[in-house]
Amino acid sequence: MNDQAQLLPGTLDLLILRAVSLGPLHGYGILLRIGQISGNALFVEQGALYPGLFRLVRQGLLKASWGTSENNRRAKFYELTTAGRKRLQEETDSWNRLATAIGAALSQQPEEV
Amino acid sequence: MKVPGSGLFASLRFRMATLFQRSKVNAEMEEELRSHIQHRADDLERSGLARAEADRRARIEFGGREKYKEECHQAAGGNSIDTLVRDIRYSLRSLRKSPGFACAAVLTLALAIGANAVVFGVLNALILRPLNVPNEKSLYTIERGNDKEQSTSYPDYLDLRDRNHSFEDLVAYILAPVGLDTGNNPSQAWTYEVTGNYFDAMGIQPYLGRFFHAGDERGPNSAPYIVLSYAYWHSHFQDDRGVVGRQVQVNKHPFTILGVAPPEFEGTLLFFFPDLWVPMVNQEQIQGLKVLNDRGQRDIFMVLGHVKAGVAPAQAIADLNSIGKYLERTYPKDDADMTYSLARPSLVGDMLGPAVKGFMTGMMLLSGLILLAACANLGSLFAARAADRSREVALRLALGSSRNRILRGVFTEAVLISLAGGAVGLLGSVALLRQLSLWHPIPQYPMHVAVYPDAKVYLAALLLALVSGFLFGAVPVRQILRTNPYEVVKAGSSGIIAGNAGRRITLRDVLLVVQIAICGVLVTASLVAIRGLVRSMHSNFGFEPRNALLVDTDLRTAGYSGDRMPAMQRRMIDALKTIPGVKSVGFTSLIPLSGGGATEDVFADRTTDLKPSSAAANVTVLRISPEYFQAAGTTLLTGRGLSWQDDKDAPRVAVVNAFFARKVFGSVTEAIARYYKREDGTRVQVVGIAEDGKYSTLTEDPRPAMFVPFLQSPTNETALVVRTNDDMGRDEAQLSQAIRNALRELDASLPVNLQTWTSGLDLALFPSRVATVSLGVLGGMGAMLALTGIFGLAAYSVSKRLRELGIRMALGAKRTEVLKAALGRPLKLLAFGSTAGLLLGFLASRVLAHIVYQATPRDPLVLGGVVVAMLLLGLLATWIPAQRALQVNPLILLREE
Repeated sequence: MNDQAQLLPGTLDLLILRAVSLGPLHGYGILLRIGQISGNALFVEQGALYPGLFRLVRQGLLKASWGTSENNRRAKFYELTTAGRKRLQEETDSWNRLATAIGAALSQQPEEV
Repeated sequence: MKVPGSGLFASLRFRMATLFQRSKVNAEMEEELRSHIQHRADDLERSGLARAEADRRARIEFGGREKYKEECHQAAGGNSIDTLVRDIRYSLRSLRKSPGFACAAVLTLALAIGANAVVFGVLNALILRPLNVPNEKSLYTIERGNDKEQSTSYPDYLDLRDRNHSFEDLVAYILAPVGLDTGNNPSQAWTYEVTGNYFDAMGIQPYLGRFFHAGDERGPNSAPYIVLSYAYWHSHFQDDRGVVGRQVQVNKHPFTILGVAPPEFEGTLLFFFPDLWVPMVNQEQIQGLKVLNDRGQRDIFMVLGHVKAGVAPAQAIADLNSIGKYLERTYPKDDADMTYSLARPSLVGDMLGPAVKGFMTGMMLLSGLILLAACANLGSLFAARAADRSREVALRLALGSSRNRILRGVFTEAVLISLAGGAVGLLGSVALLRQLSLWHPIPQYPMHVAVYPDAKVYLAALLLALVSGFLFGAVPVRQILRTNPYEVVKAGSSGIIAGNAGRRITLRDVLLVVQIAICGVLVTASLVAIRGLVRSMHSNFGFEPRNALLVDTDLRTAGYSGDRMPAMQRRMIDALKTIPGVKSVGFTSLIPLSGGGATEDVFADRTTDLKPSSAAANVTVLRISPEYFQAAGTTLLTGRGLSWQDDKDAPRVAVVNAFFARKVFGSVTEAIARYYKREDGTRVQVVGIAEDGKYSTLTEDPRPAMFVPFLQSPTNETALVVRTNDDMGRDEAQLSQAIRNALRELDASLPVNLQTWTSGLDLALFPSRVATVSLGVLGGMGAMLALTGIFGLAAYSVSKRLRELGIRMALGAKRTEVLKAALGRPLKLLAFGSTAGLLLGFLASRVLAHIVYQATPRDPLVLGGVVVAMLLLGLLATWIPAQRALQVNPLILLREE
């Protein structure tokens, strides 16, 4: 697990939104999806996912409904609301700008300054 | 499932849902997390683990489920009400686990807050509450001279009213009893005898009918009208709206009921509510006096009015003083020292105001101290509780609970207790205040203290409860903040206590000393007051109140006047003398210490210019019958008493008291047979000297008094002192009946008040009684708090050191040594606190001397009483812990470990 990166504060919400944007998922599914889309490079403690989910539901970015999972178990499925989709777009853009800026800043060579 | 509306709406709905469907949300959350774990276990099982092992692993991987659930709740609700509800539930649960602690705490606070609410309720009613008069803020009463006298003569009032430029209007009134006959039975009613402009100037509108006005005053007895108070109308006329226009007999004169005052208007004094209002121009019919034209007769009780808008009180005073100068110049014979000041009318200005304010402020201060003591008490209880729960706290901290959360729990607990205590205390105090409002302290006067609790009282109680909750809740805060979970868990419960006990002075010690000192103050103060009261009951009044009955009547109200009055008075004396069991009967115009007291200026015999400034003394006048001295038990020091021969045809004579003799003539022996002049210029010869006494108040300084024969200066005020056999108590009812029968035979329409002289002293003793009872109650409460405080500390220190004590005993320590180890500290604190309290109490008691006659802390009995009381408290409080310490069985204790 040591090669997995700790999440930056605030990024869990973005990852959840992104994971759910590909289709409705239950909590465990979201966890798997995050692992899958990040190439297992990010570590999310399992329980820590849920406060995030509840927060996003409260903010009206996600909506939840009960359904049956692929394992034939009852599970709560989350999907993006319109507001959630809009927020994901904004957050993605701002993350990209930040990442680009930080990346650029870090890759500057001394003589270029 | 489509959620309609915006995100905000959804969020609101969600919040509401979490708040109101907590259990449902909880169940869903539980199910969701379980579902997650099962899915994880499914995966693990697929990778080759056995199902049971897979379940276990999945649960471990998930992490702290309760913690996440908690976080989920916060994320979902983030809701302060919700957390509050949970904090409250948690606190209730933990309080239910220690019901003794909870009950003790709630009761302690209930008593303390209840006491504060009662005192505040009275303070509120007497000082903070305004008179129920529009524009009350600009309403002032006019006081005259250095003595702040309220009384004025009617001509002076007219000059003040008509010559001033500062008041919208000035009204005057007199308090007077009348005999009111509505057709069947004559009964006594109390009136405000007012000037015609009274209602208009006060801005009061009638509830029923109409009021009288200034225009109704057209000379003596021109306005035979009465206005009923709402309460009197309600109780005596059963809310009969037909009373308007009805004719009734006032002192046998026909008067017409004009109307009824509104229920909220109860006169212009806060404690003396009139039954009816009558116009002052009818004074002759009401009081039997014709003094409205006499500038020297200061019969008016109070003059008051609204200061005009834009006029400062100082301007108004200057205005009045210039009128005063004019009066002094124009009427030098009657008016001297005509300087004026303004005061609040509700407590008769400076007559009662400052005393009542001082007393109530003192009481508020003392009850505040009680509350403080209670907080100190609860604070140390809470600290002890926190110490006992330090393991629990440490565990919670170790398991990831935040200190904030734990502190919030402590405060929730404290505030819950304080609110419960406040509620119980308030309930009690409301009941008490209602009782107090119905209370009639002095039966012969319509005095009551309307102290019905209002919103301010409730608010004050709530605030006090909250403040005290936070106050004692704050005591263990430092303890919790300092808790180091690692240390505590490692050391076990006894470790920390030992660490704490090593410190020289702990916060709890300080709290206990403060509390005991407060208790000491209260016990000292109450003992001083009680001693003062007891002494004043047995001091020399200048008469003997035991075994005497007082018959109080007013001949004028029964229609007597002129020569018929003394004749009737003599017949009454003769009739009562024949009743078996009666030793002597004395007539007097004034019963000493009954609250009244006419005074008069007297002059040296050589003085010719009889103006107030050249008076030799201002003396209390008692018009008496010859046998008064025997009946009242007043000792005649020298000379002769008065006789039936001293009638209106005989030379004017008087008996004066010793103080009079010394003041006017230099000494008792020189006074006999000498002459002095009364206000009207009559020369009076002193024929005897009587002992000094108390005349209007118990706390008054010795003052001159003269006793003149009632045949020479007739009066309608008729009081008879009936001296009975020495064991009157047995025959009192029978005697009273005989007296009533005898008087009814003389005149059936005579309203008669009959009481023992001891109960007649109620008015005089009222202030000291109130002071004593209230201080006694507060002292008792303080003592109780100190008791529980000391008990708490002693019991706690014994229970914490049981093991140590056991070891000491096992090693051969003596019982005294064990006791010293166990209780030395509480007792040392007790001694320290009591000494401080005693000293402070002595200081505080100086204030008491103004209220309670002969109250002094320099009294060995008081000193001894306080010491004994505190010792008893200490003994009582440490008895059970001491027993427990002595019964330690080292074997059992050591085996337990």
